[in-house]
Amino acid sequence: MSVLVIIETEKNKLKRNAAEVASYGVGLAADLKTSCSAIAFHSDNADSLGQFGISKVAVVSNVPMHFDANTYADTIAQHVQQIKATHLIVSSSADAKFLAPLLAAKLNAAYVPNVVALPSATNPLTVKRTAFTNKAFANTTIEGSCSIIGVGNNTFGAIENPVSCDVQSVVYNPSTSLLEQVSIEKETGKATIADADVVVSGGRGLKGPENWHLIEELAEVLDAATACSKPVSDMGWRSHDEHVGQTGKPVSTNLYIAIGISGAIQHLAGVNASKVKVVINSDPEAPFFKAADYGVVGDAFEVVPELIKKLKAFKALG
Amino acid sequence: MNILVCISHVPDTTSKINFVMDNTLFKSKGVQYIINPNDEFGLTRAIWFKEKHGATVHVIHVGTAAADPTLRKCLAIGADKAYRIDTPAHDGNHVAHELAAFLKTNSHDLIIAGRESIDYNGGMVPGILAGILNMPFIPNCVGLEIDGNTATGEREIDGGREKLKGTLPMVIGGQKGLVEESDLKIPNMRGIMQARQKPFEVIPSSNAMALTKEVSFEKPAPKAAVKLVPADDIDQLIELLHKEANVI
Ligand SMILES: Cc1cc2nc3c(=O)[nH]c(=O)nc-3n(C[C@H](O)[C@H](O)[C@H](O)COP(=O)(O)OP(=O)(O)OC[C@H]3O[C@@H](n4cnc5c(N)ncnc54)[C@H](O)[C@@H]3O)c2cc1C
Repeated sequence: MSVLVIIETEKNKLKRNAAEVASYGVGLAADLKTSCSAIAFHSDNADSLGQFGISKVAVVSNVPMHFDANTYADTIAQHVQQIKATHLIVSSSADAKFLAPLLAAKLNAAYVPNVVALPSATNPLTVKRTAFTNKAFANTTIEGSCSIIGVGNNTFGAIENPVSCDVQSVVYNPSTSLLEQVSIEKETGKATIADADVVVSGGRGLKGPENWHLIEELAEVLDAATACSKPVSDMGWRSHDEHVGQTGKPVSTNLYIAIGISGAIQHLAGVNASKVKVVINSDPEAPFFKAADYGVVGDAFEVVPELIKKLKAFKALG
Repeated sequence: MNILVCISHVPDTTSKINFVMDNTLFKSKGVQYIINPNDEFGLTRAIWFKEKHGATVHVIHVGTAAADPTLRKCLAIGADKAYRIDTPAHDGNHVAHELAAFLKTNSHDLIIAGRESIDYNGGMVPGILAGILNMPFIPNCVGLEIDGNTATGEREIDGGREKLKGTLPMVIGGQKGLVEESDLKIPNMRGIMQARQKPFEVIPSSNAMALTKEVSFEKPAPKAAVKLVPADDIDQLIELLHKEANVI
């Protein structure tokens, strides 16, 4: 028995979510009284996982540079068999949610995504995860000898626990990929909805795409990702990639700022997992105020420029 | 081309989420059920392939007869045949293995499921299915073109999109973007009448296994009331976010 944390990288560097999944894996190993190691692909700073209590990392380099789910899953499955890992930890990124079901099929493992805490019991292993798009939690027991736990973004957090970390390069023989990458488009240098600490989101209350500079400027000051409500993307004011909510992207960030968004149940379902929610809306009866932590009843066209100005001053003070 | 669309039958997005039997079971009484929205985008794309390229569209559901009206609606929208594997669905692993057993004897060129179901949010059925059958798989799919034996699909990644190409048979995890919201079909009278004549087959379970079990449910703790800040005192908002919430 052992715990294996699957670490994601980008341009050879660990992704931000590495700290959270590593911390979860180390915590789980302590609960199960077993050891914890990690596996990463194309990484030149894997030793920094030592900061979060990981003492051993296997680094794989003989796979495609870009994330290729089939070859990555096959490599991990071979490593799992090699080190006899029984509990795999993955993040909630788009890539992790691609990889985990493929791995589950290969290992005949139980996959439980969107887990928010360490197990409440170890025999049988029982974890709490979100269900009904954040409207409830399900306490789920896991059967079988192998499991894959998907940690919800920003639910467990990073826990510093410095140890020395031994990095070993490993080579496996994965089967060839079933898919060919034709192209990839990715905004670089901009925070994404999945990994930003702050998300600034605009709704129909902003009246039209020409007013989105308000959202973008506020996002820039806060180093935030931008998002929008469903009608905004349906009307083509913003791209579909920004649509958040039950039928769009889920958001579980530290700070979610909703501007001119009424707070329909389908919108809330997708963003409720965010820790702190701020609502700016001219209608004091907007349902979003019931789900928010902080609110400003006011006209976005007055409040947001003021907020941008004051935040710039605040940031300038450091 | 034969397309199989996997349909999940879920509570309407506005449903009240409550539990019964000592919080061990979802309270379905009084709840309106719908086609899982992510599956409906996939079904609509499949019907587009039918209309444009003469594809055959089958729908399948793993579950009890409670979902039959949902499957009839799929037929009314334009699917040619419905299958229901007659067993309560226990978890994603169970459903994927039931579907895999069906596909081993009823091959299809393209299998479209939803990115995730909006009730249990497992998001694993299409991926596990592809894994079992060793077929290429494109999740979070927001665009799909078929040319002969080749499928090209776009998937949403964090902060962008990736275009992937593979050969059929293939499994897709669909969502909005496969078609637009405005392309979704509302069944008309003619469709509803025709649906009654279309084949609807109930098939026995292959006794696949579940690997997880929901032992109890909880609702999130009630939220404290919102703190309202006057619109002319934005300094106070910044102070609260900085000192109290610690998020800036
Ligand atoms: C099956 C289904 C799935 C859905 N999935 C999603 C989803 O994933 N995500 C999603 O967002 N929606 C979803 N919806 C749609 C949802 O029901 C709402 O229609 C939508 O969220 C409303 O978007 P909105 O808040 O931008 O617009 P509105 O509801 O029109 O709200 C606009 C708000 O702006 C405020 N406002 C107006 N002017 C100003 C101003 N000058 N300053 C400040 N505030 C102002 C108004 O008071 C109002 O509250 C779904 C619906 C269905 C049926």
